[in-house]
Amino acid sequence: MSSKPTIALGDARVGFRGRIEALAVEGAGIGLPGPELERRLIELGFVEGADVELLHQGLFGSDPIAVRVAHATIALRRREAMAILVSAEVPS
Amino acid sequence: MSAATPTIALVGNPNCGKTALFNALTGSRQKVANYPGVTVEKKTGRLTTPAGRSLQIVDLPGTYSLRARSPDEEITRDVVLGRLEGEAAPDLIVCVADATNLRLALRLALELKRVGRPVMLSLNMMDIARKRGIEIDADRLARELGVPVVSSIAVRRGGIDALLAKIDSAVANLPVAGAASWQVPDAGELRGGQHEADRLLRIVVRRSGERDLGTARADAVLLHPVAGLVILLAILFIMFQAVFAWARPAMDAIAAGFTWLGALVGAAPLPDLLKSFLKDGLIAGVGSVIVFLPQIVILFFFILVLEDLGYMARAAFLMDRIMGGAGLHGRAFIPLLSSFACAIPGIMSTRVIDDRRDRLTTILVAPLMTCSARIPVYTLIIGAFIPDRDVWGFVGLQGLVMFGLYAAGIVGALSVSFVLKRLIWRHSVGEPFMLELPDYKIPQARSLAIGLWTRATIFLKRAGTTILSMMVLIWVLASFPQPPEGATEPAISYSLAAMIGSAIQPITEPLGFNWQINVALIPGMAAREVAVGALGTIYAIDGGEGAAEKIGQIVAGQWSLGTALALLAWYVFAPQCASTLAVIRRETGSWKWMWVTFFYMLALAYVAALITYQVARAFGGG
Ligand SMILES: Nc1nc2c(ncn2[C@@H]2O[C@H](COP(=O)(O)OP(=O)(O)OP(=O)(O)O)[C@@H](O)[C@H]2O)c(=O)[nH]1
Ligand SMILES: [Mg+2]
Repeated sequence: MSSKPTIALGDARVGFRGRIEALAVEGAGIGLPGPELERRLIELGFVEGADVELLHQGLFGSDPIAVRVAHATIALRRREAMAILVSAEVPS
Repeated sequence: MSAATPTIALVGNPNCGKTALFNALTGSRQKVANYPGVTVEKKTGRLTTPAGRSLQIVDLPGTYSLRARSPDEEITRDVVLGRLEGEAAPDLIVCVADATNLRLALRLALELKRVGRPVMLSLNMMDIARKRGIEIDADRLARELGVPVVSSIAVRRGGIDALLAKIDSAVANLPVAGAASWQVPDAGELRGGQHEADRLLRIVVRRSGERDLGTARADAVLLHPVAGLVILLAILFIMFQAVFAWARPAMDAIAAGFTWLGALVGAAPLPDLLKSFLKDGLIAGVGSVIVFLPQIVILFFFILVLEDLGYMARAAFLMDRIMGGAGLHGRAFIPLLSSFACAIPGIMSTRVIDDRRDRLTTILVAPLMTCSARIPVYTLIIGAFIPDRDVWGFVGLQGLVMFGLYAAGIVGALSVSFVLKRLIWRHSVGEPFMLELPDYKIPQARSLAIGLWTRATIFLKRAGTTILSMMVLIWVLASFPQPPEGATEPAISYSLAAMIGSAIQPITEPLGFNWQINVALIPGMAAREVAVGALGTIYAIDGGEGAAEKIGQIVAGQWSLGTALALLAWYVFAPQCASTLAVIRRETGSWKWMWVTFFYMLALAYVAALITYQVARAFGGG
């Protein structure tokens, strides 16, 4: 795909808008084994090319986060969101 | 066609309206609510189609794929693939999709096609989709997917007519079973499926991406890091205040009704023993429990409104970090919150938790959440010992104490899970939390009314069965043997009940319990409310003229404050519910965990009551 600069969705701030460029599960989730985490993320719609927006975050450690992925709103923890690499939307 | 009734399975993402459709199709009243993971069991119902065909409909837990990561999703997988013993795969799969949120549903539909059974896609919640201006080209979608597509509105009269017609024609010529090519998909397949679904979406849907405006506005406040938590606390607080404040008039009326009934029996020309049985055993006993119906209804009203609004998933979001700190899985919040109503559905709904240990922890602590059966006990004691006045000018002191008891249950549950997960099991802290936050919906009056009605009848049925039979037992124990001729003490002192109560006395003495409480606690193991009814009966026989409303006054006169507080502390923790223990055994599949729960709760209850009483006594409240 493109070689746009990416950041991990887990590092993004509230209000961030962008597009998923890749899933990088290796070493990302301490909890789940990488391949399992990847499948779960895909099942919730986190695939390459999907638009994302970070809508809300929790009080403690800014965790968890609520993310708009295309048409759905999904809550997840920043730790898992570290596996989602996103490129920022170019402001038009 | 085969002679057997064709079976149709409803499969779809969580919260897309499968159960609402199931209810509409079969006339059932299964639980419907606006959060993912409501249905955790397979439910079967019958339907006769307009063409006169008899069909079997199966409602299933929602899932994002057939991969089955948790016990509830395993049920869906096993039914769809025909893996259940003695059951074939369904003859037709109706894939239900939320029309406002098609993306993940289309991927699932593609996966379901590989099962090798006929599939049909039902675009549900069409009413909301139309209102939001979402246009779906159903014909095109049907052609692209290669399966029939139909629209439905599960919650409106006539909203399933088109679906019924399509089902009828599909069932008329069911093909022989096709080749099943479903295999556990890997990441590549899932990704490919989602890309294909996204392609379909671009072709057939217009205007789908926008967020629901109302939801966006509400979440700006309700999910605000600080305001959101404050509002959550405020909601819980108001709920417990309301349980007290709003229920009063209705409770007084019911109590007056039972008093009147008791007086009527008292004046009737009946043998004394029969009179005592009716008046003290049945009316005072069962009546003192039924009095609490209004409070139970109010509590359920709050819970049902929150569930239907779509607030539960938000509350789970807000509480995630706090729960995680105690070692609880993120998905544990909703099961624990449902346990405020009753631990049994709460324990059942832990099926949505994938990790076995996480699920077990949640099951073990769920009975510590204050269930509605504790309300009668709490209310009785609070009403008798806590003055009915306001603090800070606007908060009722009684409601405040009630809130404190709920808080004690929550803190207890969090502490126990902390000890289990962090100290005993030393479980890795890796549980992920991933939960879809559904759009808010305005609760429907009809479904609220049905929910309340169901709850009220369950409560009354319990009063008429478990509680009634326990009351008969208590009355017998408290009435026999009859006092000897020329007895000087009250009749009840010669009864079996008094003997049993006094026999346990040495054990409960340090807790400040008297023999009447002891006697009430034993049948109270069957169900918590029984204790209140038992006290009603015992004091009625003892004092002669006690009816439902009187126990409060009697208790206030006879117990010390320390005893009352200790009994409250006891009830926060005590495992006084046989059905909960039975469900724990069933859901964990072992007697061991049932006994673990029983004994740890008993130990906590004893220690809590002991400390409470001894401290109260030290301050002069003994
Ligand atoms: N407006 C509208 N609301 C609907 C419709 N179908 C379902 N709902 C609502 O959507 C929510 C979810 O419905 P359920 O039937 O519980 O969903 P489910 O698919 O069984 O969910 P799980 O059991 O959690 O998988 C409830 O609040 C329903 O009242 C519909 O066609 N129109
Ligand atoms: Mg359901």
